Amino acid sequence: MPNTEFTIDDLRRILREGAGTEEGVDLDADILDTDFEELGYESLALLETCGRIEREYGVTLDDDALAGARTPRALLGLVHSHLATVHAG
Amino acid sequence: MTVSVVVTGLGIAAPNGLGAADYWAATRAGRSGIGPVTRFDPTAYPARLAGEVPGFVAADHLPGRLLPQTDHMTRLALVSADWALLDAGIRPDDLPEFAAGVVTASSAGGFEFGQNELRALWSKGSQYVSAYQSFAWFYAVNTGQISIRHGLRGPSGVLVSDQAGGLDAIAQARRQIRRGSQVIVSGGVDASICPWGWVAQLTSGRLSNDDDPTTAYRPFDAGASGHVAGEGGALLVLEDERAARARGARVYGRVAGYGTTFDPRPGSGREPGLRRAVEIALLDADLTPGDIDVVFADAAAVPELDHIEARALTEVFGPRGVPVTAPKSMTGRLNSGAGPLDVAAALLAIRDGVIPPTINVSPRVDLDLDLVTGEERVAPLRSALVLARGFGGFNSALVVTDAR
Repeated sequence: MPNTEFTIDDLRRILREGAGTEEGVDLDADILDTDFEELGYESLALLETCGRIEREYGVTLDDDALAGARTPRALLGLVHSHLATVHAG
Repeated sequence: MTVSVVVTGLGIAAPNGLGAADYWAATRAGRSGIGPVTRFDPTAYPARLAGEVPGFVAADHLPGRLLPQTDHMTRLALVSADWALLDAGIRPDDLPEFAAGVVTASSAGGFEFGQNELRALWSKGSQYVSAYQSFAWFYAVNTGQISIRHGLRGPSGVLVSDQAGGLDAIAQARRQIRRGSQVIVSGGVDASICPWGWVAQLTSGRLSNDDDPTTAYRPFDAGASGHVAGEGGALLVLEDERAARARGARVYGRVAGYGTTFDPRPGSGREPGLRRAVEIALLDADLTPGDIDVVFADAAAVPELDHIEARALTEVFGPRGVPVTAPKSMTGRLNSGAGPLDVAAALLAIRDGVIPPTINVSPRVDLDLDLVTGEERVAPLRSALVLARGFGGFNSALVVTDAR
């Protein structure tokens, strides 16, 4: 049974596991509205992050929508909307 | 006038020493880094010894962002490059944007990383393969990661010619400096001590099956029975000598000559290419055989290959005509890392006036080599010849000289 909740702490864990942490960046700070680029994550890091979210949460994230999710808040929103769809279905 | 190219920085990760100081101290003292394989369980494999780099904890040296995307050999290479630049006193940020590049050699790419991801692919599915598999196992990955880490955006590349590649890379770096680059980070760091890499290396038929570290790898010995594979190597900072002098750099020595040949087809009866590679390198360095003070041998430890190497040396230098050594008897053969590590050792030997020993070997008398065995030999050194042969017919020879 895939997880149904996806929180900022889940995202922090997956970022650390999949892509590591940039020097000088504190992921535990308030990062909801900080650009991923500013957090040190380029497109490949986000690809790896989304791959991990997809397999852990049983969702399929749309590539174009992903490209538009430039902050943790936007990515959380995207994952939530997919989780909602999964449960509605 | 041809641009003179010098070495101003050394970064070393070797089985008998992490860092240039540890490596050189161990090498002069004849301390081996060969022991049982610990990176995986080798029990089921015919070869069970390796030269593994001791005490390397990647997280102590590299930022967290780099760890999920790098193979073990890339981590060793990144740290070696850091040390080489530091040793050279070069801050890449101070150089013009395209003035510095990276040319490394690779024999296998990131095999351990690749093995883990392919295992994930076949046991769990494509969703479980790391996005970083898209480059982490490539031959060029060390060059790319070093380039990115230090912003070295000048001419860069990778050479793949098995063990000869490390010398070929340094020669390519010299070409790029002669074409106008100011600094090239060059050399090779290899590592594939993982089951997949091990199986690949076993196909050469040249790995020793001996379990005793003191007898497993004995080049030029009557008991030669193949080699022990190792990991690591060296990265060097090469510079245009005028630029190096202008900034007051400490100069280890000059890359004075290079020659490379390819063996004739097996069974052709024609002479192997190693002797010609040596002669081309001497010609390129504008030196005669009598000018060479020491040879760092390829040291295959396969009787026929030892014979070929000894014959090439006696034909060029005469019987017992030049001191020969193989410090790789303490590290195992490092694939593309071997040549650069020997070049580093040659430069340190020239600096200190000592020839490091070959260990565990009593040379066959019929090979007519003056092999430096047991202990280091004190000798004033101005020029050294380094040899490296790659599986499949590659022969490369590099001459380094002191910078006086």
